[in-house]
Amino acid sequence: MPDPLRPPLPDGIVAVVKRDCPTCALVAPVLVALAGQVKLTVFAQDDPSFPEGVDSVDDTNLDVSWHHGIEAVPTLLRVEGGVEVERALGWHRGDWEQLTGVSGLGENLPDWRPGCGSLSVDPDRAGDLAVRFGGSKLRSRRVEFAPLEDEFDAMVQRGWSDGLPLVPPTEKRVMAMLAGTTRSPDEVVAVVPPDLVPCSVEKVAINAVAAGCLPEYLPVVLAAVEAACTDEFNIHGLLATTMPTAPVVIVNGPIRRAIGMNSGKNVFGQGNRANSSIGRALQLIVRNVGGGRPGEVDRATFGNPGKLSFCFAEDEEGSPWQPLSVDLGAQPGVNTVTLFPGEGPRSIVDQLSRVPESLARSFAVNLRTLHHPKLLLAFDCLLAIGPEHARIFAEAGWDKAQLVARLHELLQIPGREFIRGAGGIAEGLPEHLADATLPKFKPDGILIVHCGGGAGLFSTMIGGWVGGEIGSQPVLREIGI
Amino acid sequence: MSEPKTTVLLDPTGERSPATRERVARLDTLAGKTVGLLDISKPRGDLFLDTVEARLRDRGAEVLRFKKPTFTKPAPVDLRHEIATQCDAVIEALAD
Repeated sequence: MPDPLRPPLPDGIVAVVKRDCPTCALVAPVLVALAGQVKLTVFAQDDPSFPEGVDSVDDTNLDVSWHHGIEAVPTLLRVEGGVEVERALGWHRGDWEQLTGVSGLGENLPDWRPGCGSLSVDPDRAGDLAVRFGGSKLRSRRVEFAPLEDEFDAMVQRGWSDGLPLVPPTEKRVMAMLAGTTRSPDEVVAVVPPDLVPCSVEKVAINAVAAGCLPEYLPVVLAAVEAACTDEFNIHGLLATTMPTAPVVIVNGPIRRAIGMNSGKNVFGQGNRANSSIGRALQLIVRNVGGGRPGEVDRATFGNPGKLSFCFAEDEEGSPWQPLSVDLGAQPGVNTVTLFPGEGPRSIVDQLSRVPESLARSFAVNLRTLHHPKLLLAFDCLLAIGPEHARIFAEAGWDKAQLVARLHELLQIPGREFIRGAGGIAEGLPEHLADATLPKFKPDGILIVHCGGGAGLFSTMIGGWVGGEIGSQPVLREIGI
Repeated sequence: MSEPKTTVLLDPTGERSPATRERVARLDTLAGKTVGLLDISKPRGDLFLDTVEARLRDRGAEVLRFKKPTFTKPAPVDLRHEIATQCDAVIEALAD
């Protein structure tokens, strides 16, 4: 359907220019000459007195430029019956002569000069223009704050916040955020528990703005929301549990570098905008769209600080092994998010092991303690191996599969150690298992990721939540655009 | 002095206004009524419900037992429908 607000173009030759563009200045005499020979209309983006000698039309509000998709200046159009039939960008004598049907144009000029960017696509103006001219495609309720109200306080008071201030999701900011995806604002991304509310791309974008995301992070947030709201990941149960677990978002593929994610020093810490805001956006969506708030459906006894945001990238370039995403079935080089239902990170210090067997044993004795040394087969784990530890395995030729196999061997626990009452501790598995030997983790229950700073003989373990089909399983999703 | 501007933001919430639902009237007697007992599949929930069932039967109630496949997920729609259509009241057991 034609946009009724789109200003019509006059028939004949139309030029769109700005004084600030050197190529436009260069071709000003050509436009003056053309005005005497053809029906010419010049639209000026920055100064209607330009070019001297031509009666330009004022397009400083960029109405014509925006609606007719002008991307560079000068742009020359041929219009017949109100319809654009030909377009030339920049100055190219041959193109201009063909389009205008006038020969001998600008004979003292170079044959060709590229143009400049149109003001209508200037990144500093694009958001305002989209809001002004785009007609709002956004369907969300508008919430108006009074002039004397502090919007930062008001957003918190409305319950939209995780406790920290939010970036106010104005229409301009949300439109700019939506430029980060090709998906339509009204497309439903997922049905978000616990209220089971269909969540549109627009709602994801609003919360991504609020969380502090840049538009280029939006595809990662969208994939994370999709992954979280699968039956396999079971965000409802993960939210409602009394345990201190929450979605841990791991990003693989070239997009990590493209959006500047941290996979190195302080990888689980503060200081990186993408890491901090992508995980936060997911949590805000569960809170605001799904209605999952602490103390309500979120029944966590302790929670953990990662419930503000726990998102990081794998250090693929420095890793001796294939990335986690490939372990889980993705093609190498594909952008993915993996969601793991995890508690907070716990440090494994081993500064003396120099051979894989010793270090694997260090990992095993630490991994056994996850949640409780006497509780087995209930929880998966995410083992984040630091570069200095990974090097010890790599130099001895151990691949990831060999390490995982060894960890499973080392984590076979005899019943006398884990049954209820063993060690004088009531917690444990039923007494009838006293003669059994059981593994700490199920066969696919150890996930390994490579990240962290280059100095420090440390690794980190992140305990899971109720694993398998009855609870939450790690979920990988490709990141679209 | 220019007029102070209002700030207009887009609502980040699901924009749900939950419909108010009337509570079912409290049962005036248990005699002859059917009470559903929903086990959420947590350890020892069955022990608790066995006791509740005996007490209810002492008071003349019919008792039907139901069980969720896993405590970590909401009850399946079919199970909720079954309980709603067969019972006058339901007791859900949390346990550990």
